Amino acid sequence: MSEAIEVCALPAERQPRLLRLLNALTVLALPLGLYVALVHAGTDTSQGDVQRLFYLHMPSFFGAALAFGGALLAGIGYLVKRETCYDSSAVAGVEVGLTLALVNLVSGSIWARPIWNTWWTWDPRLTSAAVMCLTYAAWLVLRNGIDNPQQRRRLASVYAILAYVTVILTLIIIRIRPDTIHPAVIGPSAVNAQGSFELAATPGVTTALLVNFPIWSLLLPLTLLWHRYRLQLRIEVLEQRKAQVLNAPLRAAKGAD
Amino acid sequence: MLRNFLRAALTIAGKDLRAELRSRELLGLMALFALLAILVFSFALELDRPGRQDAVNGVLWVTLLFASILGHNRSAALEREHGGFDALLLAPVARGAIFAGKLLANALFTLIIALLLLPLLTVLYNLPQFPPALLLIVPSGCLGLAAIGTLLAAITVQTRARDSLLPVLLLPVALPLLVTALRASNAALGNLPEAELQTWILLLLLVDLIYLAAGFLLFETVLES
Repeated sequence: MSEAIEVCALPAERQPRLLRLLNALTVLALPLGLYVALVHAGTDTSQGDVQRLFYLHMPSFFGAALAFGGALLAGIGYLVKRETCYDSSAVAGVEVGLTLALVNLVSGSIWARPIWNTWWTWDPRLTSAAVMCLTYAAWLVLRNGIDNPQQRRRLASVYAILAYVTVILTLIIIRIRPDTIHPAVIGPSAVNAQGSFELAATPGVTTALLVNFPIWSLLLPLTLLWHRYRLQLRIEVLEQRKAQVLNAPLRAAKGAD
Repeated sequence: MLRNFLRAALTIAGKDLRAELRSRELLGLMALFALLAILVFSFALELDRPGRQDAVNGVLWVTLLFASILGHNRSAALEREHGGFDALLLAPVARGAIFAGKLLANALFTLIIALLLLPLLTVLYNLPQFPPALLLIVPSGCLGLAAIGTLLAAITVQTRARDSLLPVLLLPVALPLLVTALRASNAALGNLPEAELQTWILLLLLVDLIYLAAGFLLFETVLES
């Protein structure tokens, strides 16, 4: 009876106190962050209102990197401990990370239209960010393509570890490829960078970034991760019970023989 | 310890080579595919003479990448069909040696195709001269492709979609290798400043090292059943 060994505990019906606190914080912080970004911060003198997208753009990338990092650690954890809950957190990590990475890509694309005069360009950093999204999309395809649950968890864990290469690549590529036009926020931008701006040049920019960064890179991903994790645990328990019910007549027939 | 490891790896690689020598399935298929790819690229890109010289580098690496995908799929499928992976796991050898053996054979197959492609491209795409640095870059690229391909093919062969899934998993993860190999051979062909050649070769070797480490660490968990 292999299914009985890896039972994972059904999460409590009532959400833990910390999660409820996170819910409340996120619901309050998101509109506050948007208000600071869209109203409070001064308008950038050269880029105008579209620069306000930056307050979502960069923090959501770091949120994605955090969630993917969670998937990486969960992958390692699963391979070491072989407990289903690690695999469930990997699912949460990849799905939440992919969502935030898409926020990052789409907001960047909308910003680039007036600033770079194009929706998309095959810049090293844009390419590596797109490849990162595709890698994790491939992870979802891989995970859905394996029937045996243990095999699925094991192989998905291996690929979650490998896939993190693309996150690291996206982070460092503007430092190793000097031909990028993507501006760097911290440290000097590449010589070709188009659309850089000074944090200190316009009043309120630094405040808006400081407010939005923890919201999009920490608070929102953590809350979403936790909910998705709880949901995945329920799915796993449901699958197990389904398998037990479906196998019951079979086992009864075997017992009768 | 090391001698046992090497002997086991070489035995496994030798087994793959012998099987290939007797069946001649894989290399013929890969070579034919590579030839056709060169033709298709030539038409698809509508290349004129200077255009060919600019494109030859990309054609070489993309063709190699896809040909190696064919090879990895076939090699993993053969093992799986005949229960080879299970038998290898039963053998009293280090798990790393199994990976090293499969990797060696796969790298050799890709390298043979590459060595076939190089003179062909020189003639058909009018490569101006044959830079000796390519003799280091091409084998390093083949080694990296084989490392990541062997690992991922062992994963995809266990899925429902079988071989159709390998390109989807391999292409994004192999991108660092493709970028460094392309840049290095571009520098070798004289399209980039001389000083960049060494940098890109070193980066290529670093990527190889990362893939090899990942393969040795993870291959065992991929195979266990």
